[in-house]
Amino acid sequence: MADHTHHIVPKRVYFAVFTALIVLTWVTAWISTVDLGRMNLVVALSIAVFKASLVVLFFMHIAYATKLTKMIVFSGIYWLILLLFITMEDIWTRGWMGVPGR
Amino acid sequence: MITAPSPVLTKKNYLNEAHSLKSWLLTKDHKRIGILYLISVTFFFMLGGLYAAMIRLELMTPAGDLLESNTYNKVFTMHGVLMVFLFLIPSIPAVLGNFLLPLMIGAKDVAFPRLNLLSYYVYLAGGLFIFTSLILGGVDTGWTFYTPFSTSYSNGYVLTTGLGIFIAGFSSILTGLNFIVTIHRMRAPGLTWFRLPLFVWAHYATSMIQILGTPVVAVTLFLVVLERGLHIGFFDPAYGGDPVLFQHMFWFYSHPAVYIMILPSMGVVSEIISTFSSKKPFGYTFIAFSSLAIAVFGFLVWGHHLYVASQSVYAGMVFSILTYIVAIPSAIKIFNWLATMYKGSVRITTPMLYAFGFMGLFTIGGLTGLFLASIGLDVHLTDTYFVVAHFHYVMVGGAIMGFLGGIHFWWPKITGRMYPEGWSKLSAIMVFCGFNLTFFPQFLVGYMGMPRRYHVYPPEFQVFNVLSTAGAGLLGVGYFVPFIYLLWSLKYGKLAGDNPWGATGLEWKTSSPPIHQNFEVTPVVTQEAYTYTTEEVAHIG
Repeated sequence: MADHTHHIVPKRVYFAVFTALIVLTWVTAWISTVDLGRMNLVVALSIAVFKASLVVLFFMHIAYATKLTKMIVFSGIYWLILLLFITMEDIWTRGWMGVPGR
Repeated sequence: MITAPSPVLTKKNYLNEAHSLKSWLLTKDHKRIGILYLISVTFFFMLGGLYAAMIRLELMTPAGDLLESNTYNKVFTMHGVLMVFLFLIPSIPAVLGNFLLPLMIGAKDVAFPRLNLLSYYVYLAGGLFIFTSLILGGVDTGWTFYTPFSTSYSNGYVLTTGLGIFIAGFSSILTGLNFIVTIHRMRAPGLTWFRLPLFVWAHYATSMIQILGTPVVAVTLFLVVLERGLHIGFFDPAYGGDPVLFQHMFWFYSHPAVYIMILPSMGVVSEIISTFSSKKPFGYTFIAFSSLAIAVFGFLVWGHHLYVASQSVYAGMVFSILTYIVAIPSAIKIFNWLATMYKGSVRITTPMLYAFGFMGLFTIGGLTGLFLASIGLDVHLTDTYFVVAHFHYVMVGGAIMGFLGGIHFWWPKITGRMYPEGWSKLSAIMVFCGFNLTFFPQFLVGYMGMPRRYHVYPPEFQVFNVLSTAGAGLLGVGYFVPFIYLLWSLKYGKLAGDNPWGATGLEWKTSSPPIHQNFEVTPVVTQEAYTYTTEEVAHIG
């Protein structure tokens, strides 16, 4: 069975994560003024995913959680990837037949 | 010979513990919440049934002479919305799951009783939104809300209905969450995973789908609301959106939603068949894992709804193969149930009749699903009555047969009383015959080319539609008779006793109806599930 003791996170971790989130928000705002072409979306989403990961891992304590909790979180993310990847599989292969719309 | 003791009604039980309306409306007892759900889903089922009756009456003649086209669109939409979101999805998990899950695992309640009550009120709030849209004039998009019609052209109450489904979805998520935590954390001492009843396994798999899938449909319908209300482009090409994206996102949930309806039913059937064969289910582990396999593979097949919706052929091929694969765990269950009955002491009771009905109808529904999984054949059958017949065989023939079977099986536990066996068997046979008469002609007329969602059709299709309408009448009577005798049994039914069927689950080890805290003493489990001893067998007959 999982133990019921709560992991005590030092305050400096929270401050470090908070600082990182603020800095990354600033980076997001700044990078939006730079034209990276097709990489615009990729960079913006990468920063957002990194920020979300920090929140999930440290503010939501998943980094210190039991294996079961980690598995539940992972399965949620995995399912999201399935949704996105398999949907994109349709969009990426639509042009393969050379017939518009197929 | 061992004789069963005379049944007595528990003096203090969850039904008579407190009598005030407040004690019911603010209850945190999972059993009472299950009863509240039962009342609510029955109401929505009747309402949905009323719309079904209007559809069938309209289709008796080839001309659109009872309802105008727009009204007909609203009628079949409201039938679908009410039945899918407010009846089928919550029916078994929220009613029987809520009532039975803690009893089956030897717990006093679910893990989060307050959240359980909240999920009931969230469901009611969602239902209220949908009911309000219905009163205001309904919605005409079909229960699938396909864009861009739903976002840009429909004159119906798409916003309120969409919001209602969005809200009701959270009830489903919270119930699933509650069940998963309950199954993980609240099992009685000795109740290992492989000693769990198959009903619990089925609900575990269902909860996974509820948690992982429901947020997607909630978000999708919310995006429809945003696009319709604020003209933010997601799906409408006029705003730069992609209408096929809507179909991907909608079916990502709505196909697995069929498994939310059918998996709990399969759990019910597993319990019924084992009990009335007095035999451990053949291949317990296979049945348990096939539930999980259905939950996982069921998520990967949604694209078979999009074969003709400009989805790429290559994506269609992948979805076709995956759809064939998902039939395997379903077939495992059917064969294992048959093998369970083989050389068992089979008793033909009312729940068993419903279980037989489930097996027959679900097999037809499942196999015709394979027809539709085949890309070439699906091009011919898409949007015909063949599809309507197929999904009714699964969702009505499967899910409702399981629901009624479960209600009859556990009614003695829920109320402490028996229902009249003769009437219940008669109604089970009426439901089975009425169902087949309603929907089998639809396979034929669909194959011949009658499209769904039209109320005017060529005269050569009339004979099939008249048969279908006649069947719907019989089916309606078959559903109504249990409503009468179950209510009658509350006062006049014979006392059931703790274990009238000679079943083995923990829920049968406590009193009928159970006491507020379920068990006097927390049970300790020392043996496998479905171990039939002379004590259980003595109850038979």
